[in-house]
Amino acid sequence: MSVAGITVALVQAVVVLVGSPLLLGIMRQVRARLEGRAGAGVLQPWRDLRKLMRKQPLTPRGTTEVFRMAPLVLMATTLAVVAVVPFVTTAAVPAAGADLFVVVALLTLGAVALALAGLDTGTAFGGMGASREITILALVEPTLLVGVLALSVPVGSTDLGDIVTSTLRDPGRVITPAHVLAAVALGLAVVAETGRLPVDNPSTHLELTMVHEAMVLEYAGPDLALVELASAMRLTVFLGLWATLFAPWGIAGTTGPGAVALGVAVFAVKVTALGAGLAGAEVFLAKLRLFRTPELLAGSFVLALLAVVASFFFG
Amino acid sequence: MSEALLTQLVGLGAGAVLLTAVLVLWLRELAVVIRVFAAQGVALAGLVAVLAVHEGSGELAVVAVGVLVLRAGLLPHLLRRALSAAEGERRVTRPLVNVAASLLAAAVLTLLALAVSQPLVALAPSPVTAAIPVGMAVVLIGFFVLVTRRRALSQLTGFLLMDNGITAVGFLTGAGVALIVELGVFLDVLLAVLVLGVLTGRMRDVFGRTDLDELRELHD
Repeated sequence: MSVAGITVALVQAVVVLVGSPLLLGIMRQVRARLEGRAGAGVLQPWRDLRKLMRKQPLTPRGTTEVFRMAPLVLMATTLAVVAVVPFVTTAAVPAAGADLFVVVALLTLGAVALALAGLDTGTAFGGMGASREITILALVEPTLLVGVLALSVPVGSTDLGDIVTSTLRDPGRVITPAHVLAAVALGLAVVAETGRLPVDNPSTHLELTMVHEAMVLEYAGPDLALVELASAMRLTVFLGLWATLFAPWGIAGTTGPGAVALGVAVFAVKVTALGAGLAGAEVFLAKLRLFRTPELLAGSFVLALLAVVASFFFG
Repeated sequence: MSEALLTQLVGLGAGAVLLTAVLVLWLRELAVVIRVFAAQGVALAGLVAVLAVHEGSGELAVVAVGVLVLRAGLLPHLLRRALSAAEGERRVTRPLVNVAASLLAAAVLTLLALAVSQPLVALAPSPVTAAIPVGMAVVLIGFFVLVTRRRALSQLTGFLLMDNGITAVGFLTGAGVALIVELGVFLDVLLAVLVLGVLTGRMRDVFGRTDLDELRELHD
């Protein structure tokens, strides 16, 4: 990996690290405004994180290393993904690691670590949240992998850099049936994976409905801050991945400072627009009953499968 | 029209037809299903219009307009009228197979359609005939809706879905169906929907609802 590659990876990591709580703040602000509330401001997630960071680290009695390692694993896998994905420029993608299957596996590894931590606490809520999370994860996984396959068939490679470069070279591909179907399928998968409505309600602490919040209920202080930050980063990464795959315009082809700065600006605009759109749509949605979630995810799986079929038959 | 553009337009039209067929299986509310069905009519008319421009045939253009009027206007209108007459009855479908399973069945049916229509595509490989499997898949999905739904109106949707699929296959095979035959088929479908609409109304008058399972037992 060249010096330029390392610099770009660092830039991406810093942008996502600093930007993801802001994205969360913007999404909450959009929701608040649409619901007629004043909102806590865009900076509120960062203020929460600062408050949590200053607190004393505390772990519940009876928990093991699994509980302590989970936030680190979550953070490390997310950072690894941020470093290799061509969010800003396609010129600095490492030869190995930017494979879509690797990216999906890394992101899933973080989710599994958190689910194990939920089980490790031995509380009812932790176990319930972990069980629900794994159920959803097991249903999302096929969609993600089949959708990835649909995108890689026309390119002949699952390397993210190759997919983005070839889409940039041939913009007409974005409106082929395979691409449109895969976009819808992966969009649903992203919503489910990041725990947004209608699969999970990110703003609730009501025990009957929560999935993600139930797993992290026992975390406190800096550990909680790490989990919250990593979750916000996961949201940014998923939205960024979606934007990179289906709207790759503005991604630089070189590693010059100007090109990278432009790439960062375009990436920020795209992810913010997607996040604001998601938050706006959430105002009009109610959470699905947990038993109806498989229907939604089966639908997204069928769309992904149809995308593969279409990519084989209409190129 | 260039080959690449034709491929893309046919692909888009076929994709929209298939997507709407899957949505009919996915959604529960009948009013929304009817709207999706109308959207499928528009996609089908678009597909026929693309073929008309490609072949430079005025006859096909007339048929495309006919498809648009009948399948995106008249039939959804009739369905909607039958639905609004069904006041008091629950307006959601009650499938025999749950939605997740029927969506997976749709995936299997699509693959089956691909396998079955391979020889048909191989007869005259072109961007247009490449979309035949989609038409087949819509026929199979329509049939699946027909056999797994309980209420008369949902079954009617399945029947119309199947007919859309048959129409799509007919145009995509490029057999050059004569205008008069096509018009005859249009009238047939319209008549079938009108008769079934009346039948549904009579059933509701006699039994109070249109659950076809009720028809298994004999009454005095």
